[in-house]
Amino acid sequence: VVYKRERVGGVNVKSPVAILLIVQQFNGLWVEVGEGARAVPLAGHVGFDSMPDQLVNKSVNHGFCFNILCIGETGLGKSTLMDTLFNTKFEGEPTQHNQPGVQLKSNTYELQESNVRLKLTVVNTVGFGDQINKEDSYKSIVEFIDTQFEAYLQEELKIKRTLHSYHDTRIHACLYFIAPTGHSLKSLDLVTMKKLDSKVNIIPIIAKSDAISKSELTKFKIKITSELVSNGVLIYQFPIDDETVAEINSTMNAHLPFAVVGSTEEVKIGNKMVKARQYPWGTVQVENENHCDFVKLREMLIRVNMEDLREQTHTRHYELYRRCKLEEMGFKDTDPDCKPFSLQETYEAKRNEFMGELQKKEEEMRQMFVQRVKEKEAELKEAEKELHEKFDRLKKLHQDEKKKLEDKKKSLDDELNGFKQKKMAAELLQSQALQAGGSTTLKRDKERKK
Amino acid sequence: MPTPAVPAACQVEKTVPGPGMGDFSYVGIDAILEQMRRKAMKQGFELNIMVVGQSGLGKSTLMNTLFKSKVSRKSVQATSQEKIPKTIHIKSVSHDIEEKGVRMKLTVIDTPGFGDQINNENCWQPIMKFINAQYEQYLQEEININRKKRIPDSRVHCCIYFIPPTGHCLRPLDVEFMRRLSKVVNIVPVIAKADTLTLEERDFFKQKIREELRANGIDVYPQKEFDEDAEDRMINDKIREMIPFAVVGSDQEYQVNGRRLLGRKTKWGTIEVENIAHCEFAYLRDLLIRTHMENIKDITSSIHYEVYRVRRLNENNTAVAHANGLPQHHMTSHEM
Repeated sequence: VVYKRERVGGVNVKSPVAILLIVQQFNGLWVEVGEGARAVPLAGHVGFDSMPDQLVNKSVNHGFCFNILCIGETGLGKSTLMDTLFNTKFEGEPTQHNQPGVQLKSNTYELQESNVRLKLTVVNTVGFGDQINKEDSYKSIVEFIDTQFEAYLQEELKIKRTLHSYHDTRIHACLYFIAPTGHSLKSLDLVTMKKLDSKVNIIPIIAKSDAISKSELTKFKIKITSELVSNGVLIYQFPIDDETVAEINSTMNAHLPFAVVGSTEEVKIGNKMVKARQYPWGTVQVENENHCDFVKLREMLIRVNMEDLREQTHTRHYELYRRCKLEEMGFKDTDPDCKPFSLQETYEAKRNEFMGELQKKEEEMRQMFVQRVKEKEAELKEAEKELHEKFDRLKKLHQDEKKKLEDKKKSLDDELNGFKQKKMAAELLQSQALQAGGSTTLKRDKERKK
Repeated sequence: MPTPAVPAACQVEKTVPGPGMGDFSYVGIDAILEQMRRKAMKQGFELNIMVVGQSGLGKSTLMNTLFKSKVSRKSVQATSQEKIPKTIHIKSVSHDIEEKGVRMKLTVIDTPGFGDQINNENCWQPIMKFINAQYEQYLQEEININRKKRIPDSRVHCCIYFIPPTGHCLRPLDVEFMRRLSKVVNIVPVIAKADTLTLEERDFFKQKIREELRANGIDVYPQKEFDEDAEDRMINDKIREMIPFAVVGSDQEYQVNGRRLLGRKTKWGTIEVENIAHCEFAYLRDLLIRTHMENIKDITSSIHYEVYRVRRLNENNTAVAHANGLPQHHMTSHEM
């Protein structure tokens, strides 16, 4: 039986009887609300201490999901480290590096350990840092992260939604692989991390750290940390507000960035097979804390803070994205009266506006098309008409010619006929004349005889 | 612009053996359970229970018995005299209780005046209004641009409906109320003051009630349609066989067989509240608190609240479509 004192809502609840009765009105119905909840002692075992167990059971049945983004230049051992962290061989063969620009390749795996099922998504940046001009390298990464936030936001804003069974693809942790130069951060690193620190939990790690000696490593870590601080890059800090893990987390915070070595090959050390990298001069054991910080990384990332990483992503990074996105779309919180509508309403209105514009454009294009068709049609009609006219003219011409010719022919015929007639007449005359001549001659002779 | 590959669940299904196999093969994924537990303990839990029933059915006493402390409204009331109010009042009292490091903010919502009038028509309306107002409050907060990290949950998770122990059947008021409210909130019906019924009468009464509930299509908690898998169904079927629980409440302890037990002392014997041979209080307590609390809250948030939200958002859409010019904030007819 525990008696608790609590400072609740600005009222110092000192005695168990001190309560604040606030009366609220719910649409004409007076409701007395005992605000400033008081602490009451329990007289026996009630049983709600099983609540955390109930919650955990529900989560176990549901399964968990965790999404890691690995950013780093080609050849820094990103895939190997993932294999080592989760003790499994993820990808079949190494990715092709023949695409221009930075590609993000995402793979989802189902892992199970005792009764916990984890849906792990590993996103790899392919070709990061390979370009000659790296100015835009970070853009595709930012776009990818934003796309996942957008997908979640869309689901949350839907009218009929299924958040319960939604597969969360938002990036919970971003492992930034720093090349083990031993000097300082590259400007690409600073720029990329700066662009990402407000969108995702960044955990910088020094990759392939077996290339750096111990003394160089200490200097390197200090240099990196000071560069990050001076450039205002906010990397993920392991939470120290919960007493259970505050100590270990704050110790680990001091060791950032972790210097890691990854390996899936096993070497026999003593009588155990351990994950290690074998060199002619010695063997680097991955799980040896003197050799590298791999164990620390695994401890922090998976065994202690996985849930906190998920929570930070949801309550901080996602909320920021959501706030910015909604403000960008023109929503405001100022008018409490029409709020639930303004969000949905304005969203719908904007969408309708957009659709309207789209339709208008479509209409315009259609009109233009119709217009063009009409014009072309008119043109063609015109041409057709012209052709017809020409044809008519030619025909007429032809007919005229024909007529003329016919006239001529007629006149010729007439002439011919005339001639014929004349000829006939002449012939007749002649024959007559001959007869008559005979006769006429006779006649003339007769007349002479007379 | 390069597009990310569509994630597909790969066939790699790796079962990693537990920590006993030596550190190098143990990844530590199952440590997330511990992390969740820590987070839950730090955040604490919220539970809002509403009790509905006529005056004198022992609602306040039952609440006190359930949570083994003075959590009912009577304990915070200034006046000791109980006057039956002329209309239904809604009285909500919050308490912080803690057990073994688990903190809970318990809110008990009482409804004095329910069913006490001569004409009880529409007495469910203020209760419906209240429940919907809580959903509305949550919705408003959820829709905010700048919203709180943890939205305070004032939604009614569970409504315990007290049936008077007549021994015959449900009254029309009971049927009406449960029919309407089972659509918006989880209803747990209980037979109040069950020490006035013999075991046979009790069984008969329960059977009658179950029949009537079925005949009227009233789905009380645990609802058949929300059973998740075969295991759930099995457990819930057993519970469904037993509802409504016949309960007796008491906040006074008596000496029985050398032990101090909560009970009611009468001339013919002492009724032990937590003895399952005497009454079914223990089953109710186990259901509500020890086994199904999370499930009750889950159904409230993922089903009842979502139904409200869908209706509300659709309403706005039609209001916008008709460009009505109605004052947007007033509660339209959600009452059924």
